[in-house]
Amino acid sequence: MIGFFIQRVLQALMVIVAMSVIVFLGVYAIGNPIDVMIDPASDQALREALIQRYGLDRPLIEQYFVFMGNLLQGDLGESFIYRLPVLNLILSRFPATLELALTAMMIATCLGIPLGLWAGYKPDSLSAKVIMAVSVLGFSVPTFWVGLLLIMTFAVELGWLPSGGRGPVTEVLGMPLSITTLEGWSYIILPAFNLALFKLGLLIRLTRAGTIEVMSSDYVRFARAQGLSEGKVVGLHVLKNISIPIVTVFGLELGSTLAFAVVTETVFNWPGMGKLIIDSITVLDRPVMVAYLILVVFLFVVINLVVDLIYGQLDPRIRVKAAS
Amino acid sequence: MSKPVLSVKDLRTQFHTRTGVLKAVDGVSFEVGRGRILGLVGESGSGKSVTGYSILGLIEAPGEIAGGEVLLNGQDLTRLKGEAIRRVRGAQIAMVFQDPMMTLNPVLKIGTQMIAAVRAHDKVSKKAARARARDALAKVGIPSPEERLDAYPHQLSGGMRQRVAIAIALLHSPAVIIADEPTTALDVSIQGQILAEVRRLADETGTAFVWVTHDLAVVSSLADDICVMYAGRVVETGAAADVIAAPRHPYTAGLLASVPAEHEPGTRLPQVPGSTPSLANLPAGCAFAPRCFRAGPACTTTPPVQDFGDGRTALCHYPIETDSCQPLSSTSTTYRSAS
Repeated sequence: MIGFFIQRVLQALMVIVAMSVIVFLGVYAIGNPIDVMIDPASDQALREALIQRYGLDRPLIEQYFVFMGNLLQGDLGESFIYRLPVLNLILSRFPATLELALTAMMIATCLGIPLGLWAGYKPDSLSAKVIMAVSVLGFSVPTFWVGLLLIMTFAVELGWLPSGGRGPVTEVLGMPLSITTLEGWSYIILPAFNLALFKLGLLIRLTRAGTIEVMSSDYVRFARAQGLSEGKVVGLHVLKNISIPIVTVFGLELGSTLAFAVVTETVFNWPGMGKLIIDSITVLDRPVMVAYLILVVFLFVVINLVVDLIYGQLDPRIRVKAAS
Repeated sequence: MSKPVLSVKDLRTQFHTRTGVLKAVDGVSFEVGRGRILGLVGESGSGKSVTGYSILGLIEAPGEIAGGEVLLNGQDLTRLKGEAIRRVRGAQIAMVFQDPMMTLNPVLKIGTQMIAAVRAHDKVSKKAARARARDALAKVGIPSPEERLDAYPHQLSGGMRQRVAIAIALLHSPAVIIADEPTTALDVSIQGQILAEVRRLADETGTAFVWVTHDLAVVSSLADDICVMYAGRVVETGAAADVIAAPRHPYTAGLLASVPAEHEPGTRLPQVPGSTPSLANLPAGCAFAPRCFRAGPACTTTPPVQDFGDGRTALCHYPIETDSCQPLSSTSTTYRSAS
């Protein structure tokens, strides 16, 4: 187990280094940020001075090593626009995105797995067909459009919920969160539901496919032959067997939601990381882009590591392979 | 035979498919007495496994039991639904499946699965259930049963897993155990051990077994009685020794002739020509007639059940007569055409 863990951490580090190179090169290829930031009427001397100040005149490889050197000291640079350390800037937006993503994942999981189980347990029933139709809508209808519809319905027509923004927050463990108050929930529920729809559709289909497969397996038949109740058959045998693909997709989706909730955040004016990165890209705020992308890579690596560790818990056969 | 514990009467199981209604089990009847072992023999597709599933009510759509009775100690299982049949399954009648690699859930410990099986019928504590599971493992000859409870199925060999499956079937001391080719996937030495174990269990506990198999060698060494199935029908019944010594139905004779052990080495092994007919497209009358060396004009009509006494029957217009019954080697020559 320890060997497996160390091996995975080393792999993760290599991925992060490789990604930092790719990200750095990619951002470099976009162009010189000074051209975007300064007044086009300013003279050449000022331009040169700025380029020198940000170290943009130095060779690319040197810029990279300066950046990595700073990174290792926990310094991701300073935003060209906000004049703030990038890390602080991103972390100040992180709790908003985190709670939005987690709420969305919770909605998707709490609805998706039971609905998928039912649709797989009774695949020919009318209710199962309705569930499957809804799941197709879930991941084929564009997120922004559903978001707009939700706002039109619940905020504009019915007036039940606010149309956007984050509402009041309370400090929990140093993080400002809105899910601690009822009013906070009224702000988060629409964007979270909007964000959850795609994952809901995905989880329903995944759970259904797994359930259908496991229900026709010999061990389910054997369990029934032992007189196990249907609840026990599904709860004990089916759920544990279908959990591996579900955990995989859950991990990937959690990562991508944290990193790319940008459409929903924009539609609902949610002050999360997604909005920050879009704003940064528009103005070529290079340190923010680089730091954000590296953070995203880091998030994915950590989530995948956790998923791998959970696999071992769920399926003993994987544990054996990892140990040998 | 004393009063049967399990009595299957005119059982009919159908599958509704696009090509029409498939009669997988078409009027099957047999009886098993306490502590007896019945060998249910047939090729793949003869309906023997479906018969087993039908007895426990494990047939799922598009299949259904279209008629007949399954009397377990006088109670008709085909009339039970939902919770009522659940209470019977595993408690009064249990089943062991063919492939021990597939019948145990790979991600649950043996103990977890056995405890669930105990508690499906008896409201006992987990600890008591575990103790019973351990005793059941010991009963089927599994060494250090306490440790095995904490093992996962993949940590056990095929033979051990099948013993675990048999132990699970034995947990509630059922009156009958249906065993669906439980030794087919195992190697011969393990098979021999398990057969001996089953014979001992039947004698000691009085549990009756329905041993579904295509392997006549298994049946001859294990079963008290034999029931040969072909295309969903019982074609021959009788005491195991009698049927194997002198088969009445040409199909049984053909099966026996194609057992390699009975055959002189170096010559072509006789076989029953052709293959099992598709259930969607059964010939009229006797389903075996197109493959039969004794087929005559009458075979296009449904054959009668010929009763020879002592529980021996054959579903045939032209059964093999006892007095004219040739030794197997000469019977087999008639099957040599398939090459």
